[in-house]
Amino acid sequence: MSPRLVRAADDAVGRRDTPLRITLDGEPLTGVAGQTVAGVLLGSGRTAWREGPSGAPRGVFCGIGACFDCLVTVNGVRDVRACRRRARDGDAVTTQSRAREDAR
Amino acid sequence: MTRHVVIAGAGPAGLGAAAGALRAGARVTLVDAAENPGGQYHRMLPDAYAAARPGRLQHGWRGFERLRGRVLGNPRCDWWPESTVWAIDRPDRGAPHVHVLRGEADAPERERHVLRPDALVLAPGAHDRALPFPGWELPGVCTAGAAQALAKGERLVIGDRVVIAGSGPFLLPVAATLLEAGSTVREVLEAGTAAALVRGWTRRPWELAAQAGKTAELAGYAGLLARHGVPYRTGRAVIEARGDGRVEEAVTARLRPDWSVVPGTERTVAVDALCVTHGFSPQLELPVAAGCELRDGAFVTVDGDQRTTVPAVYAAGEATGIAGAQAARTEGLLAGWIAGGGSAEARELDSLRRRRDRGRAFAARLAAAHPIGAAWPGWLRAGTIVCRCEETTYGALRRAAGDPAGNSAAAVRLATRAGLGPCQARVCGPAVAELLGGPAPHHRPIAQPIRLGELARPPIEDTATKESAR
Amino acid sequence: MTRVVVLGAGMVGAACARELALAGFEVAVVDRGGPAAATTAHGEGNVLVSDKPPGPELELALLSRRLWPRILAALPDARAVEWEPKGGIVVATTGGSADALRAFAASQRAAGVAAEDLDAAALAAAEPHLTRDCAAAVHYPGDAQVQPAGAATALLADAVRAGAVLRCGREVTGAVARGGRITGVRTAEGVVGGDAFVNAAGPWSGEVARRLGVRLAVRPRRGEVLVTAPQPPTVFHKVYDAGYVGAVGADSGDLRASAVVESTRAGTLLLGSSRRRVGFDARIRPEVLSVIAGRALRLFPSLARVPVMRAYGGFRPYVADHLPVIGADPRLDGLWHATGHEGAGIGLSAGTAAVLRDLMLGREPGIDTAPFRVDRPAVRSGGETG
Repeated sequence: MSPRLVRAADDAVGRRDTPLRITLDGEPLTGVAGQTVAGVLLGSGRTAWREGPSGAPRGVFCGIGACFDCLVTVNGVRDVRACRRRARDGDAVTTQSRAREDAR
Repeated sequence: MTRHVVIAGAGPAGLGAAAGALRAGARVTLVDAAENPGGQYHRMLPDAYAAARPGRLQHGWRGFERLRGRVLGNPRCDWWPESTVWAIDRPDRGAPHVHVLRGEADAPERERHVLRPDALVLAPGAHDRALPFPGWELPGVCTAGAAQALAKGERLVIGDRVVIAGSGPFLLPVAATLLEAGSTVREVLEAGTAAALVRGWTRRPWELAAQAGKTAELAGYAGLLARHGVPYRTGRAVIEARGDGRVEEAVTARLRPDWSVVPGTERTVAVDALCVTHGFSPQLELPVAAGCELRDGAFVTVDGDQRTTVPAVYAAGEATGIAGAQAARTEGLLAGWIAGGGSAEARELDSLRRRRDRGRAFAARLAAAHPIGAAWPGWLRAGTIVCRCEETTYGALRRAAGDPAGNSAAAVRLATRAGLGPCQARVCGPAVAELLGGPAPHHRPIAQPIRLGELARPPIEDTATKESAR
Repeated sequence: MTRVVVLGAGMVGAACARELALAGFEVAVVDRGGPAAATTAHGEGNVLVSDKPPGPELELALLSRRLWPRILAALPDARAVEWEPKGGIVVATTGGSADALRAFAASQRAAGVAAEDLDAAALAAAEPHLTRDCAAAVHYPGDAQVQPAGAATALLADAVRAGAVLRCGREVTGAVARGGRITGVRTAEGVVGGDAFVNAAGPWSGEVARRLGVRLAVRPRRGEVLVTAPQPPTVFHKVYDAGYVGAVGADSGDLRASAVVESTRAGTLLLGSSRRRVGFDARIRPEVLSVIAGRALRLFPSLARVPVMRAYGGFRPYVADHLPVIGADPRLDGLWHATGHEGAGIGLSAGTAAVLRDLMLGREPGIDTAPFRVDRPAVRSGGETG
């Protein structure tokens, strides 16, 4: 199994979901308005979306903006912490790789 | 002229400080990176969720709501959400200047502001400390704080078969949150041995009694684990994570009191998520930038009125010692009152100071009950990544540190790049410091990333604060 | 055998220790901290010929540039140095500075520097992200870059292989002198004796000299550098604006900043640099960082959205006449100085060490060292207070 949202119908906090759609490297994903980009990616079954210097996969580690493992490009702007950025309907998210980008 | 107090951080300590400063008659600018106050402890659901019962996930929700309402509703309080303090500048005289970026997280072209207050309260909070172990870089391994933030902050469950491991009382609320959200917690592992915990927690029991709320909260978690049949094991740790592209199993082992592994006690547990925490690292870059002295290189030095060693700079909350939300709020109230020009002789401070002192005693107890065992590097192999950003291995660090011609901490860091990546040693800093011997680096004059275009533009002066600074 | 004590385990001290140990001296290196921990760890690692006008410093730079490849070839493991002979490109962004840059480059060519004028097409091919608003550009294939702490520790390790010993964590507090000759330096851990002492303490060499009983007008000058988050390849040479030349030679204590932009192996971009005379005040000032960012964006406007993740500052050993100090101190027999390189000490360390070795052996150095002598007025008095 993968990370998932608590079903709204079962959620003790009594929330009302407004769906939103983003793309990850062009592929459409759905989430809920108010989620972070990381939350949308995780809830869509992605546990990794960045590559470290060796090309190894990375996803969320600290979840609160301290570790910079979850960096993504949002609407063409690089180096956005997915765990801190609210997803907006229509966001085009692309993955980043330290391995591909190594200057030499 | 009304005193102007800037408060960096709107968690329990920062909100408390705002309340204290407002009560003293000051004008407050409350700055936080999040959209809502509350910090990590009272992390709130997004407004878009339109939650009917947001308090369900929160301890002390009503008290928090009252405090939040009192602070944000006060006309002398200017609340700056989504605002990041990226630098603190020390002028030759007077309180530090606070440089702030306002706008969506990591967005380009945020507004650059500078605040020149009469006093500054630093309430930056803390994040999980996580010791390295083989495989900790695998996706699906995250801090307990990440699991907590995702579940409390947006109702996302990090996995369905979860092991929570590390040290400290934070293991329990995270287990409770995941259970509430419908996840299966396979086990909760506390690396400290039972004997060490008992020694730490039962010595001077009157200090615990004074923190009755906290102990009741912890006892509640223990009952919840029992009801769900989740084993809570002491003296056991996750010493390796394995998996192909993501975590699939955790290797656990019995530990001696110094956290060395008892050979032959290794077990593997199938997991789809592994949450780790080994205590908290206070975020010290702002206090260090303000020039504050540190205690043991780990916490901000404060006096009985939360004054740091820098005039007009106060600190509250986890930056001064890890004691939890209640203690942080009390420290904040005190810091804010004094920073706002309130009299240090005021009679109502007596009970505040007493509560603060009990909080400090509790923090000392926590530290004593959950020390990090010195033998943890025994979990590492030559190829184990220590610096996650730059993938610096334990072997590379050992080689560099073993060269007498290049073993200064600065030279080792530059040679191995340990701690020089995007997180700026926030994650690996304490571990690398222990391996090299020496203090963990907290010197980050750029406290949060700022884009070059934002930096190049002149800042917007907060005119009102400018007047009161002259 | 002559015992030489090198004071300072930074780049210049490491290079001197290595040359002297290889020449057969019995060398000890004393440092109050650890290897390469101060100025050396807080610079960009410049090995430049492009920024120097014809004259004694350029002669030393050209000698150093010839020596660096030989030093690297002699090291058992030169990788740690991270030698990058990437070349430098100097651009002028206004018509007036274009004429000055062309004239400057012509004078350097006459002095033996390889300097090629680039037309707009060649410049765009060499640096595709550079602003098109360039009035002139000159390519200096001789400019190079090292990882400065890696370079210093590699040379120090080579010195140790040649017999040098390291004594770190020892701060010099005074001299033991007899009959006008220094025979030892005092430290908290006892006296370190020797026949000759080399003051290579960088920005602190003025203070070390004072403790040894002589006046040396070497002062700290502060420089700051911005480090960006790792980026895809964007900048391929060491690129700077022609104003850098003016900043190096400038005399004012006020802020001087000109753009120097380059990439590192880790993918980060280094953006320099400021020069301020503020004593040993280590505060990093947001307004200084803002000026550096603005200058860098004039050269590379497309970097506007690149995040800065770190800023660091270092103290550079500054002398009023902008020339290094290399040679014997005529006031105290046995005391030598190798300091005052300001922001150029990484590159100039190679030539400095060779010159010092020749002087100590009584040999004729390959270049004229009279301009670097210790008893010149700028070093004796400083020419100004500061």
